[in-house]
Amino acid sequence: MSVILVFLLVVAGFAGWWLSHQRLTAKPWLEQGLAEEFVGLGRSALPTAKIGLGVFLAVVGCLFSLFVSAYFMRMGLSDWRPLPLPRLLWLNTGVLVLSSVALQCAVVAARRGQMDMVRLGLATAGLTALAFLAGQLVAWRQLTEDGYLLASNPANSFFYLITAMHGLHILGGLVGLGRTSAGAWNGARPERLRLSVELCAMYWHFLLFVWLCIFAVLAGWAATFVSICQRLLT
Amino acid sequence: MVDVTPADAVPPAEVGEMELYHPHSWWTKYVFSQDAKVIAVQYSATATAIGLVALVLSWLMRLQLGFPGTFDFITPEAYYQFITMHGMIMVIYLLTALFLGGFGNYLIPLMVGARDMVFPYVNMLSYWIYLLAVLVLVSSFFAPGGPTGAGWTLYPPQAIMTGTPGGQDWGIILMLSSLILFIIGFTMGGLNYVVTVLQGRTRGMTLMRLPLTVWGIFTATVMALLAFPALFVACVMMLLDRVLGTSFFMPAIVEMGEQLQHNGGSPILFQHLFWFFGHPEVYIVALPAFGIVSDLISTHARKNIFGYRMMVWAIIAIGALSFVVWAHHMYVSGMHPYFGFFFATTTLIIAIPTAIKVYNWVLTLWRGDIHLTVPMLFALAFIVTFVNGGLTGLFLGNVVVDVPLSDTMFVVAHFHMVMGVAPILVIFGAIYHWYPKVTGRMLNEALGKFHFWVTFLGAYLIFFPMHYLGLMGIPRRYAELTDMTIMTESARHLNSFISIMAFVVGFAQLVFLFNLIWSIRHGREAGGNPWRATTLEWQTPQTPPAHGNFGKELPIVYRWAYDYSVPGAKEDFIPQNVPGDFAPSREPA
Amino acid sequence: MAVVLVLVLIVVGSVLFHFLSPWWWTPIASNWDYIDHTIIISFWITGIVFAAVVLFMAYCVFRFRHREGNRAAYEPENKRLEWWLMVVTAAGVTALLVPGLFVWSRFVTVPSDATEIEVVAQQWQWSFRLPGKDGKLGTSDTRDVTADNPLGVAPKDPNGQDDVLVEAADLHLPVGKPVKVLLRSIDVLHDFYIPEFRAKMDMIPGSVTYFWFTPIRTGTFQVLCAELCGQGHPLMHGVVMVDTEQDYLAWLGQQQTFAQLSAPQQSGSANSLPGEAIASNLGVAANSKLSRSAQ
Ligand code: HEM
Ligand SMILES: [Cu+2]
Ligand SMILES: [Cu+2]
Repeated sequence: MSVILVFLLVVAGFAGWWLSHQRLTAKPWLEQGLAEEFVGLGRSALPTAKIGLGVFLAVVGCLFSLFVSAYFMRMGLSDWRPLPLPRLLWLNTGVLVLSSVALQCAVVAARRGQMDMVRLGLATAGLTALAFLAGQLVAWRQLTEDGYLLASNPANSFFYLITAMHGLHILGGLVGLGRTSAGAWNGARPERLRLSVELCAMYWHFLLFVWLCIFAVLAGWAATFVSICQRLLT
Repeated sequence: MVDVTPADAVPPAEVGEMELYHPHSWWTKYVFSQDAKVIAVQYSATATAIGLVALVLSWLMRLQLGFPGTFDFITPEAYYQFITMHGMIMVIYLLTALFLGGFGNYLIPLMVGARDMVFPYVNMLSYWIYLLAVLVLVSSFFAPGGPTGAGWTLYPPQAIMTGTPGGQDWGIILMLSSLILFIIGFTMGGLNYVVTVLQGRTRGMTLMRLPLTVWGIFTATVMALLAFPALFVACVMMLLDRVLGTSFFMPAIVEMGEQLQHNGGSPILFQHLFWFFGHPEVYIVALPAFGIVSDLISTHARKNIFGYRMMVWAIIAIGALSFVVWAHHMYVSGMHPYFGFFFATTTLIIAIPTAIKVYNWVLTLWRGDIHLTVPMLFALAFIVTFVNGGLTGLFLGNVVVDVPLSDTMFVVAHFHMVMGVAPILVIFGAIYHWYPKVTGRMLNEALGKFHFWVTFLGAYLIFFPMHYLGLMGIPRRYAELTDMTIMTESARHLNSFISIMAFVVGFAQLVFLFNLIWSIRHGREAGGNPWRATTLEWQTPQTPPAHGNFGKELPIVYRWAYDYSVPGAKEDFIPQNVPGDFAPSREPA
Repeated sequence: MAVVLVLVLIVVGSVLFHFLSPWWWTPIASNWDYIDHTIIISFWITGIVFAAVVLFMAYCVFRFRHREGNRAAYEPENKRLEWWLMVVTAAGVTALLVPGLFVWSRFVTVPSDATEIEVVAQQWQWSFRLPGKDGKLGTSDTRDVTADNPLGVAPKDPNGQDDVLVEAADLHLPVGKPVKVLLRSIDVLHDFYIPEFRAKMDMIPGSVTYFWFTPIRTGTFQVLCAELCGQGHPLMHGVVMVDTEQDYLAWLGQQQTFAQLSAPQQSGSANSLPGEAIASNLGVAANSKLSRSAQ
């Protein structure tokens, strides 16, 4: 359970940092009035939707940390046989990076008000994300054809389970991206559009980050890394 | 001359009138409503309905335990199905849903001075997914093989094997699916509760001016958002084990002489995941109760809550600590014995902030002006039962003491006292307290007092003696207490007594239900602020509050939530939105 | 006023119930009276806290209940008092925890002279395995379970051949000897629990868990399963008899070994005296002790 505990520690760090700016040691019964001096203690200047997405991403991060925790605990048992990762995953990773880059371009374009570039960025991001999902499915096909079935070994089970979970999250993101694109083509208000594009980008970058982490875990680098750290500590 | 819009008068960070969705038809107003207050009522009604099912199930179990052999239809299979559904419904579909979905939805926007939750549409979805989860759960009663009988902890391997009711039928699949749905729905609602507290607060409402109710619900929601994913992961993996034959949790097994396909899985892994959710869950139920009861006590004792800052810090400390104690449910699970030292220590450390809260409640009563209203009575009863249950928790958290007591009736008595009876008493108190705001009428007081006395004393009489059955060694989850050498004749009588009390308590709830329905029409008119309370929900221009909560302009907050009996003030309460300084010397001499 | 009365009655009633009611733990039959002592300490500390809090509440309600013209005092906090309460609480918690951890460390440290025995659970019965002459239990695996080998003892392991198997019958133990109980299950979770011994531990398919104890008096004790294991859970009883040395050896003499059970046709010659085989293991140490004390 160490992965999830580390993750929670990071969350707790954020929470602690935020709380430390909220004057939790003040004596509220002594302070009356409108409290102009409390500016900064109200809501954040960030758009509410972004904060909402941030909280949601914390939950998603928690979910994947738990999968990875379970992965490491199950890995320690004797029947674990690691499976060879299909080469294709590298290509998929590249495609997903491309998708994130495209969305980042869309964000920049939206800030500058270049509608064409926004549309281009959104379309590229959507198509590359679809390509990523298709690539993942092909990777699954390859594995099953090579006899690495879901139930034949826990390493396989985890591979399918975690990639599927990640894919589902991408799929959910595509729904959001679709709505944003609809806005981009139907002439939504620019500041609205900018916000949605930014939200999409945030989500995309986060899922890319998650993908890189689980790729490292599934490929076994994470385990190697952890054991090196342990050796350094002892 | 120039129209000064509110936007000009306040710093930009505090602008943000939200765009409300304005319903156009009866359907969008009362059914697919995006108004948090309507969603709150929907959540509460659904939770109460399914909670009644759980109550009836507890009667059936008590019939079997108190009068063994008399009721043939309660076979061991049926008993285990009842116990599982009872436990799961009570903990998740009743208490979690009611505290967060019900009270959270109703109180958060009103108490922080917001027009609604920040994402009303998602909020509405949350309820409908919750309802779907409940329906899936209920459908398992009608599925072939009936609901699962794996116990609310759903421990594999037995949860998905033939020896357990529903294990190889639909029961367990429906249960896991329902939980997954519940978690998805809850996450949608939870995002709202958290972000509304972060971003929806009105001008002047700093964190340290929040009523403790909001603090409790807020912290509990944050915890739930981080804890429920563990249950989600466990459910998904178990579903795969059951349906697709993977071996996440399933080791090599010989069932009735036959080797199963599974190999090498770890049942302990499931337990870790389950309790990583399960322990915070206890506090997810308890923290809102803590918050609410603080406000009840303060309002009805006409005195500020004693040690507000400590109360806030204690809530935060409990919330954080409760993520590092989960394995105290696994002392005798066969995990590495050295974990026992660590988890016993963290568990007993949690007792300190919890004790602080108890002290501060009773110190709030000290030199107060205690009005023995029905909500106050329930609050007092909460303290009694919570202290009782919390103290027996020190037995079970203290690893070696847990060895003889774990999995006995002592545990059943303990958790019923601390997370069954105590929070439910708070819920009752809270309903008597806020019902006038929701409906505009008071609940009948005589019926309320009757309900209170029977529920409180009855519940105490059920669960206090039960500890001693556990001390004798009677295990929990026994469908039959026959053929046991430790079971004495007198213990049998005690069991019958407990069962009778369970029925008495149960029937008192019908009186309460009657009161709820009857008072909508016939209750005394309440007015806007019948308890003379300070918090914002009592200062709305209309009662019940209209869509948008606060009329034309949002209230501005000038003081904390506990200005009761301020020296020098004329009234014994000053609402949060009243400007001006009424107390020249506020620090006590 | 009824409230005050009831609060006081709850305290008085609970205390009286605690001391006067007939429901109390079973007379202990193992060395774990330490655990009982820790429970008694816990009862005292928590009982005092419970009484103090509830009585204080009763007093507050009595003294400060609303009367016409009353007004509550104004006291937002009292740092000194709060710190004091915190310190006292911490002291109380420590007083609970320290003896608890101390006893726990005994509970998890198995003495070196403890004899290993094995309990195997399955839906819904108990079986037992005792080491043979070599004093060692053979390895086992759920995958080795067959109709002829219901406990899954590894057929090839020489250590396992002389193990004594007690299938779905009563277990006997000699009084006064520490035993390390190895726990194994071949299907679901179970939990080997004897109320009089105070100790219990789950059994997990796929791994071996353990606890230890020393029976301190002879008698017949009922084994209960304390982890939900399916619909037969409440009827999963077993029997452990704690015997004197002689009775124990007599019983042991009638039991059969793994080799005998798996190859019954050869049993006459090779392993004719399983009882003696065990005696060498469990009995000799005690015999020598007995003879020493007799001298
Ligand atoms: C008058 C009210 C109640 C009665 C009479 C009652 C009765 C029971 C009984 C007889 C059992 C089975 C005990 C056993 O055989 O091991 C049980 C289990 C349980 N109850 Fe209640 N109960 C009540 C209220 C509640 C409430 C409010 C909660 C909410 C926390 C709750 C949560 C549970 C849980 C979690 C279990 C364990 C289920 C399991 O072992 O899988 N109960 N209850
Ligand atoms: Cu816990
Ligand atoms: Cu069992």
